[in-house]
Amino acid sequence: MDFITSALDYLLGIPILGWGVQVGFVYKALLLLVALLIFTAFILLADRKIWAAVQMRRGPNVVGPFGLLQSFADLLKFALKEPIIPGGSDKVLFLLAPLLTATLALTGWAVVPVGAGLVIADINLGILYLLAISSLGVYGVIIGGWASNSKYPFLGSLRSAAQMVSYEVSIGLVIITVLLCVGSLNLSDIVMAQQEMGLAHMLGVPWLSFLNWFWLPLFPMFVIFYISALAETNRPPFDLAEGESELVAGFMTEYSATPYMLFMLGEYISILLMCAMTTVLFLGGWASPIDLPPFTWIPGVVWFVIKVSMVFFMFAMAKAIVPRYRYDQLMRIGWKLFLPLSLIMVVIVAFVLMLTGWGWHGGMA
Amino acid sequence: MTLPLFFFYLFAAILVASAVMVISARNPVHAVLFLILAFFNASGLFMLAGAEFLALLLIVVYVGAVAVLFLFVVMMLDVDFTSLRSGFLQYAPVGVVVGVILLLELLLLAGSFVVSPEAASGSGLPIEVGTDNMRAIGLVLYTRYIFLFQGAAAVLLVAMIGAIVLTLRHKTNVKRQNPIDQVARRPSETLEVVKVKSGQGL
Repeated sequence: MDFITSALDYLLGIPILGWGVQVGFVYKALLLLVALLIFTAFILLADRKIWAAVQMRRGPNVVGPFGLLQSFADLLKFALKEPIIPGGSDKVLFLLAPLLTATLALTGWAVVPVGAGLVIADINLGILYLLAISSLGVYGVIIGGWASNSKYPFLGSLRSAAQMVSYEVSIGLVIITVLLCVGSLNLSDIVMAQQEMGLAHMLGVPWLSFLNWFWLPLFPMFVIFYISALAETNRPPFDLAEGESELVAGFMTEYSATPYMLFMLGEYISILLMCAMTTVLFLGGWASPIDLPPFTWIPGVVWFVIKVSMVFFMFAMAKAIVPRYRYDQLMRIGWKLFLPLSLIMVVIVAFVLMLTGWGWHGGMA
Repeated sequence: MTLPLFFFYLFAAILVASAVMVISARNPVHAVLFLILAFFNASGLFMLAGAEFLALLLIVVYVGAVAVLFLFVVMMLDVDFTSLRSGFLQYAPVGVVVGVILLLELLLLAGSFVVSPEAASGSGLPIEVGTDNMRAIGLVLYTRYIFLFQGAAAVLLVAMIGAIVLTLRHKTNVKRQNPIDQVARRPSETLEVVKVKSGQGL
């Protein structure tokens, strides 16, 4: 019974949220899960509202005040409808694919520090873990497309697989440049490094901490990461996997009801994960942009949410204003533009760091 | 039974079971998916052994990229695997013999495996015990084994160039777009605004 008690202790711990008390993983994870799902519901609504506003429409405005409850109504609708499973499909894989997408998207959040010390698993290789999880996201799409046993989903999933594998490369190289500056793969360390060194410290105005963050010295990488994140999550203008003008709905064509909802949920949560990654890597994580009292009173979680929402706003605007890319051009900018550019930047950044001795020397080193 | 031991048996059992399924699954796509499951559990075992970096690298490289390409190819191939299986019983004895030989070799190796006293004492390794494993790998990979590392990189580069050379075909009668030209194009180069008087034409 030693095993069971140790397992329970590890998972459940003491159910009190407080300082100095070991809080069980299950409670932390549940708290994050619920907060994340509610946030996702409103982000979904925000996406539609922003899209509508750009096109001078009103967007969803019927359910609840200003349509605020639209996502919950949609959830109810998806949950109550009948899931249709095509006769010729591979039933197990057909149902496994959306589950995989949603689970993997949620799994990534385990290592994201949403505030100082507010992280479920503060592992040393956090960013590599995130890269690994985001590279697995492709399986949901490719399995779903194949298991549907239909032409459009299959074509969509093939497109998406090639696209996601291609953009992984440039995302990896962008992450490497950030890691060179930090010298650690721990996400909390990356945030700490952005607070403790940077342009504001060099200029002698340490309170302007938004100048410290990596978006400024690594601006080209910031742009590459943003565009690659759009491609990696199959967001417009790179949503060729579900391009409705040519592939009906791509890999999601045969899905309905709850499985469809899981696909959509997984997609939005992985988009949020990408936004969180952008925030942690380039926008200083939970740190406040100006290191002076009225701003520092606001807790780090709030800053984190504000920053994630801002990055998501950029994602949503890209969807609203940029027309869809052609597939060969998408592959061209991935391999012929971003890959060489980010490779060159890795070399330049490493060279500059060696030459000047800049870079973070805190943490475990 | 402690928690790590439980997870070891869990991962190991799933790993072996999925490895068996890889060779026995009827559908090739299922076989590849079981292979991916096997990779995943192997990475879990690495994680338990304290090699987190290798574990995550296994997922990023093999599961995230190589296996995707496997899956890609297997899904698009239209091979009739039932006909390939028809000679299974005929070839089974040969396979069994090879398998037994491999097993015996592995057992012999495992039985005679001795950790060299130099490695066991830790004097041969220029790594402190406390360093985390990515730093430790980096410290030996880029110093002691730099030529092997560069050599491996060169081999991979040659393989990559070889694959590109083998598959690249320049077609002569294809119209290609040059995106730089397209972006650099200005209205003044292609458009002419003409005021046409009515009744006269151009």
